Amino acid sequence: MNPVPDIFRILPEVILTLTGVLVMLLDAALPPHWARRPLGWVAALGTTFALWGSLVQLSLPEGTGFSGTVETSAFTVFFHVLICGVVLVAILLSLDTLPEDSHHQGEFYALMVFGAVGMCLLTGAVELLLVFIALEISSIATYVLAGYRKETARGPEAAIKYFLLGSFATAFLLYGIALIFGATGTTQIYEIARLAPMAQNQGFILAGLGLMLVGILFKVSAAPFHVWTPDVYEGSPTPVVALMSTAPKAAAFALLLRVVYEMLPTLRSVWQPLLWVVAVLSMTVGNLAALRQQNVKRMLAYSAIAHAGYLLAAFAAVDSTGIAAASFYIAAYAAMNVGIFAVVTLVSGYDEKRPLIDDFRGLIYRSPLLGSLLIFFLISLVGIPFTGGFFGKFYSFSAAVGGGAIWLAIIGLLNSGLAAAYYLHLALVAAQQPDAQKPVVPVPRVGVAVGAALLLAVAATLVLGIVPGEVLHAAERAAYTLQAPSAETSTPHNVLDLRMMMP
Amino acid sequence: MNEINQSILTLILLVPLAGTVLVALVPDRFKLPNWIALLTALGTFGLTLHLPMHFSFAADAPRFQFEFTRLWIEKPAIFYHVGVDGLSVWLVVLVGLLAPIGVVASWNTIQSRRKLFYALFLVQQTAMFGVFISLDLMVYYGFWELSLVPMAILIAMYGRKEGPKAALKFFLFTFIPSAPLLVAILWLYSKTGSFDFATLRFWVASGALPDGALFWVAIAFLFAFAVKVPVFPLHGWVADTYSEAPVALAMVVAGKLGLYSMLRFHIGLFPVQARAVAPVLVGLAVIGILYGACLALVQRDFWRLMAYAALSHLSLITLGIYGLTLTGWEGAVYQILNHGVVDGALFLLLGLLYDRYASSQIDAYGGLAAKLPRTATFFVIGSLAMIGLPMLGGFVGEFLILLGTFTGVSKGWAIAAAVGVILGAAYMLWLVQRLFYGPESVLTTSKPPHDLRLGQLTVLWPLTALMLVMGVAPMLWLPTIETGAYLPQLRTPEILPRVFPQLASPISMNGEGPQ
Repeated sequence: MNPVPDIFRILPEVILTLTGVLVMLLDAALPPHWARRPLGWVAALGTTFALWGSLVQLSLPEGTGFSGTVETSAFTVFFHVLICGVVLVAILLSLDTLPEDSHHQGEFYALMVFGAVGMCLLTGAVELLLVFIALEISSIATYVLAGYRKETARGPEAAIKYFLLGSFATAFLLYGIALIFGATGTTQIYEIARLAPMAQNQGFILAGLGLMLVGILFKVSAAPFHVWTPDVYEGSPTPVVALMSTAPKAAAFALLLRVVYEMLPTLRSVWQPLLWVVAVLSMTVGNLAALRQQNVKRMLAYSAIAHAGYLLAAFAAVDSTGIAAASFYIAAYAAMNVGIFAVVTLVSGYDEKRPLIDDFRGLIYRSPLLGSLLIFFLISLVGIPFTGGFFGKFYSFSAAVGGGAIWLAIIGLLNSGLAAAYYLHLALVAAQQPDAQKPVVPVPRVGVAVGAALLLAVAATLVLGIVPGEVLHAAERAAYTLQAPSAETSTPHNVLDLRMMMP
Repeated sequence: MNEINQSILTLILLVPLAGTVLVALVPDRFKLPNWIALLTALGTFGLTLHLPMHFSFAADAPRFQFEFTRLWIEKPAIFYHVGVDGLSVWLVVLVGLLAPIGVVASWNTIQSRRKLFYALFLVQQTAMFGVFISLDLMVYYGFWELSLVPMAILIAMYGRKEGPKAALKFFLFTFIPSAPLLVAILWLYSKTGSFDFATLRFWVASGALPDGALFWVAIAFLFAFAVKVPVFPLHGWVADTYSEAPVALAMVVAGKLGLYSMLRFHIGLFPVQARAVAPVLVGLAVIGILYGACLALVQRDFWRLMAYAALSHLSLITLGIYGLTLTGWEGAVYQILNHGVVDGALFLLLGLLYDRYASSQIDAYGGLAAKLPRTATFFVIGSLAMIGLPMLGGFVGEFLILLGTFTGVSKGWAIAAAVGVILGAAYMLWLVQRLFYGPESVLTTSKPPHDLRLGQLTVLWPLTALMLVMGVAPMLWLPTIETGAYLPQLRTPEILPRVFPQLASPISMNGEGPQ
């Protein structure tokens, strides 16, 4: 009874795969002395197509394809659009910053696109084995990209660290899947949701949930599974960091939402306190560590951990507001983080000769455009109103307060005060008079591709901060489709009935 | 007319923003950014004057006038809701008045990066207007936070010596307390489903919300405001900010946002809870008056002296606010206005001295009156207005506050506060003496005299005239201010003994009460 051809259920993935294959074939077929840069434009074009493909999916009736393994719904489209957007920005960013003569450029773009295939698939999969495969596709692509700068010592170190720890985490996930399969006899998420409460061995399900959470929380770099983050971010090329600090995280959060809200909503009393603790740990550990960093990428890596914590605060909500808030936060976080990494890429250069906070001194004097953008994205990361970062935090913490987790919100907001210290420190360094003794370091010109990338990031951050209504609507529709209609009778949270008495 | 009344507040918000965009677009030549900023500021000031001119005193006039509401975000229900009442109408005008003065004060001081300076200065204007006119708590919070950013950046970039350090201190001191504020606002929303000021006021008064939680919500509000004012133990950021901030910003921010927020969103929103903590605030305010005055007496740097003087004066206003008497209330709002005008003039003059002689050490000066007679005259008048000489603006406000405290709160506190006022006269007059009289110092003889010029005079004359008018004709302002008073409902603060038994000594309210 499925009138939609299965292939449409994975339209963006198909487009992305074709793009990746095309890029690889072209890379092999073109004469070796030809520039490989145009391949990046091919990849960017393909990603734009995929973005369009996800929007086309909106007009499909909701449902699953391929024998109930992949789903299209408002939820998947939301994340597909987000992931394709981020990948597009990352490709545009690489176009202008990878050196002309760098090796294997074709592979670089192909891997980015293949990674996007995995991430998109991860958000659409409703079958645990497919989830695992999708996660591997996306992870392996990012492992390779992390080690792209083979000529430095840090590149391979980052790749190996990421690969070893990442595989370990995926093994946890797989083991969790196995336990849940053992308890329920199925790997279909909807079936598990139906069967789990009746399963005879609840211990298996609990253990399975715990192991799956370990795997997923590793991917979103939440404390205490965060130790890989700073090293990997420091060693990877910055455009890749822009990608992997946002898109795979978004995909992993989508998976987390699916697992806790759709697969095991009945175990809320188990996972909610766990995520509460992880949220507090992540924000506090991330922010405290970030305060002490001198390297901008490491600082942003720790701040990414803290942001994972703010996001997890939304899981304390009682109803679908939590899902909507988390989805919105991911979008806001992706926009501003991609933006700031774009600026960092330009300032510190591909070879990263200038990675320290001190190297940003007087940026606003050297390049008013980049300096202002840096300060703008930092302000958004702090969470000042009229930027995306504010509404992200706002929705996340109001979901937490709505769910009764006042303390979580207070800890979170005090943490964002702490975070303001190091974000602002960087902003103020950029606004200082440049050091007269030091030679003036020229800042590269902002090219067309990078300009487009920055424009996208700024526009997204501003739109999310000034008119967040539309995106929030999309996130709410996504939340609605995710929550199984029979999950629980959701009462409007805590709103007093007396509201009717209002004049 | 009606349409203008509806859109006037939005215009006041948008005109400085438009000026920002213009400043950002023009080339930095022929002082173009300065002129655009000045014209924008003057235009905005003109617009703000529309408010008191058309403010209705009719008995059936709504509390909030020039009101405008539109849904901004559907969920959570945030409304773009603006309006002014007797409390805020003159404060809006004051912000409008200080803007052109700030531009004039920066005219020659800011030599490099003028575009950025004036662009951010105008953003700061919008944020301040936004704080005073927002009636939706989220919008209010948005402007409240937004006002920190241009301030911090400008202190960092145009600070005198330790700009970035002072900027960071300022930002963290005021940003961190707004975290509990946001949680408190969110809690209110989660219980009532509204951010609207009037609706929340209704809810809080209805008794439907749990008393214990409301107490802490009110404390969260108060804490954020008290840091911003600052109230006595929370004043750590003041001295550094005043001595580093460009003159234009020091005069613009001084205390107004925090004091207004106390009046509107602490006492206005939580009358019962505010009454419960008022004795503590009264005590802290008196300590702040004396402490600030004593510290001001021993400062060697005139920026720091002004900072502690501001602490002392703002504490006096806090005393007027938390005395919870109508007289004190009127005095407090009046004193905010007066303090803004006087501080504006004094900062402008000190800024000129600093630009000329590049020193803020008081000892380095001396005997300037003979060389700069106009500067000296205006400074003396400003100082006299500041210390509350009768016939000048400061007298009215201080007198009303002290009267309210004396009759409505306690004679002892009033006497202690009066001692602080006397100390205020001491440090200000001593400052005048050391700067302008006595033998000429090496520093003052080293530079050719350069008295006030036309640009500065066109600002200082009206300001000085205003001080005089505020001193002799307070009835031009007081009736409006009176309509804006929130007198706390005299519900017995029964929650107080439960939370803090030792604080339960009630303030006597026999002075004034709602009629």
